[in-house]
Amino acid sequence: MTGSEGRAPLRSVSGDPAVEVRDLVVRYGTTTAVDGLDLDLRPGRVLALLGPNGAGKTTTVEVCEGFRSRTAGSVRVLGQDPAGAPEALRARIGVMPQGGGAYPMVRVREMLDLVAACSAHPLDTGWLIETLGLDSCARLPYKRLSGGQQQRLSLACAIVGRPELVFLDEPTSSLDPQGRHLVWDLVRALRADGVAVLLTTHFMQEAEALADDVVIVDHGRVVAAGSPDELTTSGAEDTMRFRAPPGMDLTLLEGVLPEGYLSKEGPPGHYTVSGRIDPQVLAAVTAWCARQGVLADDVRVGRRSLEDVFLDLTGRELRS
Amino acid sequence: MSATFDAGTFAPDPGSGSRGRMLVVHTRTETLLALRHSEQLLLTLVIPLALLVGLTLLQGLVELPEPRVNAALGTVLALAMMSTGFTSQAIALGFDRRYGLMRRLAATAIPRWLVVTGRLGGMAAVVVIQVVVLGGVALALGWRPDAGSLGWALLLVVLGAGAFGACGLLLGGSVRADLVLVIANVVWFVLLFVGGIVVPADQLPGPLGALVELLPSGALAEGLRDVLLGGTPGLAHVVVLVVWGVAAGLVAGRTLKWD
Repeated sequence: MTGSEGRAPLRSVSGDPAVEVRDLVVRYGTTTAVDGLDLDLRPGRVLALLGPNGAGKTTTVEVCEGFRSRTAGSVRVLGQDPAGAPEALRARIGVMPQGGGAYPMVRVREMLDLVAACSAHPLDTGWLIETLGLDSCARLPYKRLSGGQQQRLSLACAIVGRPELVFLDEPTSSLDPQGRHLVWDLVRALRADGVAVLLTTHFMQEAEALADDVVIVDHGRVVAAGSPDELTTSGAEDTMRFRAPPGMDLTLLEGVLPEGYLSKEGPPGHYTVSGRIDPQVLAAVTAWCARQGVLADDVRVGRRSLEDVFLDLTGRELRS
Repeated sequence: MSATFDAGTFAPDPGSGSRGRMLVVHTRTETLLALRHSEQLLLTLVIPLALLVGLTLLQGLVELPEPRVNAALGTVLALAMMSTGFTSQAIALGFDRRYGLMRRLAATAIPRWLVVTGRLGGMAAVVVIQVVVLGGVALALGWRPDAGSLGWALLLVVLGAGAFGACGLLLGGSVRADLVLVIANVVWFVLLFVGGIVVPADQLPGPLGALVELLPSGALAEGLRDVLLGGTPGLAHVVVLVVWGVAAGLVAGRTLKWD
């Protein structure tokens, strides 16, 4: 891989946090889109903003980019107030807006060259096009590109200027699994080189794979924040699932388990025990089943996924 | 698709590019896109060319003073400025906005005034091509310009392109793309036939003749025919073009939407 020979790795341009948001409020008329939100992002880290549709993710990102004004609260981006998107700040950040953006008839190379011309030390555009797998469609007009190709061009535009901070609004929503993994590799490389990355996503797997910090927002408020590990373990219980003949008397099972464990039968014959599942508990459950003369089948022990945490916090009904 | 990257590949090294390079690349991109778009070429070059030849050679089409080619050139130059500055510019801007271009550019270090300047630069490049091609064909059809009329004509072309360009930015920058498409085409048709371009103002019925001289189409076409037939442009025509350009430009500056 070329494109950056001879450049000093990780130049610390300023000691400021990349993004610092305190008590952000954004209202449109009577609607409150963001309602007292805090965020912190430091250089060389990846922050994922998770939330259902309409949670206020894009609004928050647009305030940080300087494209939307806030009603209250303080926002510092690379040590500056982003309000009004001053050029000095725009020159230091990279933005991948939701849905991309280009001339409808422009070719991939022409668009990337135009965006690169706005930067002092852009990456080599030919290399970037090849890296993002866009060389096969380099002569097609933008409006003829697939959603995934448009999204990869948009990502290229966001990083071509060697920014200190990158905003990626749902960067992989139209990508196939190969494209998604390529973008993940790229985000990891950005992070390793000291770039701060703020991304919004619907994909829990993406947040788990990439983020140092996850902030779950709903109705414009932070409902949970922490590393993916903290979120999936804190306050969460492990579960043990097994199958056995339906209708077993679970009060007897709870009698052999330590205090605080719960058991239930979901669909008939599908049992769940929740609590801290250690080898002793596992042994106690299977031994109890044996004493009932049944075989505990399909025994699985699982921790909650980030998706479970997300759905528990934001509800399971669909949002329009 | 999987990739590994050398350490330091994306090491931050931000900063604004040079203003000159931004302007050159932006203007080049705008020009390329205008010349590549076949519908725009039909509007900006093919129709004016056909009209130039038709008006010059077909005596019965419209009553024109002699030499017909001089008057016809005035007519088609006015049409060409309206096509490029107003209709093409408005439609292109409307669809560029719909495809998120303005938001994309607003997220780079390029200043907003430079985005507008680049668009006008692209328009100017098309205008130069139109003037050269239409002028060349008019020469072939017998047009014999003198230095005085040429200078006046070029001044009017610049003022006309500016006035129509400002109106194009105003329309394309403020309403939905599909609406821009309809309005820009309807206005083009109406002004072509009853806006003083093909049919001179004094051949239009009643008060319409006086009214069209207050429109950029009428002022530009009448002014160009006057100077190309050996006269000087009326001060009123120049004033009308300047007022339209400045007024539409000021309003466009306030209403231009960046998304």
